[in-house]
Amino acid sequence: MCGIMDYDYFLNSKIKNTKPSGIRKFFDIANEMDNVISLSIGEPDFQTPWHIRETGIKSLEKGKTWYTPNRGLSQLRVEICKYFKRRFGVEYHPDTDTLVTVGGSEAIDGALRCIVEQGDEVLIPQPSFVCYEPLTVMAGATPVIIETKAENEFRLTPEEIEEKVTEKTKLLILPYPNNPTGASMRKEDYEAIAPVIEKHNLLVLSDEIYAELSYGSEPVSFASIKGMKERTIIVSGFSKSYAMTGWRLGYALGPEPIISQMTKLHQYAIMSAPTTAQYAAIEALQNGDSDIHEMRDQYDMRRRLIVDSFNSMGLSCFEPKGAFYVFPCIMSTGLGSEEFASKLLMSKHVAVVPGNAFGDCGEGFVRVSYSYSVAHIKEALKRIKAFIDELQ
Amino acid sequence: MKNRLLELLQDNCKFTDQELASMLNTTPEEIRKQIADFENSGVICGYKALINWEKVPGSDVRALIELKVTPKRDKGFDEIAQRVMAFDEVEGVYLMAGDYDLAVFVKGDTIQEIAMFVAKRLSPLDSVLSASTHFILTKYKSNMVDMQNLSSDKDERECVV
Repeated sequence: MCGIMDYDYFLNSKIKNTKPSGIRKFFDIANEMDNVISLSIGEPDFQTPWHIRETGIKSLEKGKTWYTPNRGLSQLRVEICKYFKRRFGVEYHPDTDTLVTVGGSEAIDGALRCIVEQGDEVLIPQPSFVCYEPLTVMAGATPVIIETKAENEFRLTPEEIEEKVTEKTKLLILPYPNNPTGASMRKEDYEAIAPVIEKHNLLVLSDEIYAELSYGSEPVSFASIKGMKERTIIVSGFSKSYAMTGWRLGYALGPEPIISQMTKLHQYAIMSAPTTAQYAAIEALQNGDSDIHEMRDQYDMRRRLIVDSFNSMGLSCFEPKGAFYVFPCIMSTGLGSEEFASKLLMSKHVAVVPGNAFGDCGEGFVRVSYSYSVAHIKEALKRIKAFIDELQ
Repeated sequence: MKNRLLELLQDNCKFTDQELASMLNTTPEEIRKQIADFENSGVICGYKALINWEKVPGSDVRALIELKVTPKRDKGFDEIAQRVMAFDEVEGVYLMAGDYDLAVFVKGDTIQEIAMFVAKRLSPLDSVLSASTHFILTKYKSNMVDMQNLSSDKDERECVV
């Protein structure tokens, strides 16, 4: 209650019942402390490459300050489709199969709201990014969680889908490369689940925002798997691959009948994605390949350093093949995820995110981000090692 | 072709062999071998601390001296460069293309000391035609390091979810 108004009466119960994100909590405590080394942030530490920023600035200088077409600038949609063809070998039509959105997040929300409704079930593999479950609920459908397992390196198996699929299941979310585990689905892993998807006549929302941050092998898009393009909405964007988080630009690719409905929703809810960001994104797609490689090489070095260090201090950590997170198991310390994160923060001033913030099956793990400089990571690892040694 | 090992060492030569091996996906033995090769071939010339002398109380003065010189027959600029290098006051010598020939970095306790060094020792050398002295006021960036810590290293990223 606030004054004489009973706001509770007015507010939507679905949003009221949605829990706040568990990632925030530790970040907020850490922000209040001195001498904190954080490994909790989930965005690139690089700034957007200069030529991309400059293109954004130039578009402003030229007075490009109006709305763009609802779907996004035509040239940008052409470049997105060209990129997807050269990178993943999948062809989309820029006029009918492509929608430029405000970050990948809008595309996820839009796809869910255009596909599911009351009575539908959505399969969500966890641990995964925190948005899928609440957005499914807000779209009126029922989230059904699939708990992926550490022994499978958190990959999704056909058996796990079969276990949870019902006749109400309409949509499967594929969050790979995965935040928070760093897990990646190889071509054969995708091929293994394709028949199940076909058998149960499911649609797939494949969140491939981290695809460019794949290590050791080339990334695979789920849409490139035989027979799956027709069933798949690809969500991707510029935030992670080009270090463009603040520009808020993503896109959805998929079958025309779905994209056209999403475009309608986008038209009424958003109108068009930020114009400056769209001009910058054209430059990114045309001339940004080497930036992607350089950043990926840097992440890759940090990834190796951090994985080896966790394993050598006795926190077992599988080698993640994507994104910029590692997901070490902390069960050997006898502490729970939250207890571990909280004690580490209080005693050594190192902030990590408890694994259960990404689903109950993340319990026993913590998410450690390596989108930090090597010097920063080294200092954090030194403190974590001291923390582990003191526990024993 | 980039050499990641050299880049890493240039960034921080105190990485352990194990850390370097992890980052470069090889073994500590291989790292030691590569470093030894670089040392033997003179690619790696030494390992020194980067010191910001401006922060050391009572520290010295530094100057850049532009020298115009006459190259010697057969020896070119090497002979005069070698003479200049030999002075303890001289920290660095570069052969330049442009308005002058040698860029000489010099340190001294005071401005007077440097002025006297240029006047009495450098200028009188046989091949030196002219010397023009520029005193260094502040080092902003040296050896890839922001010496004044001007670029804030505060992490401005927010936790948004």
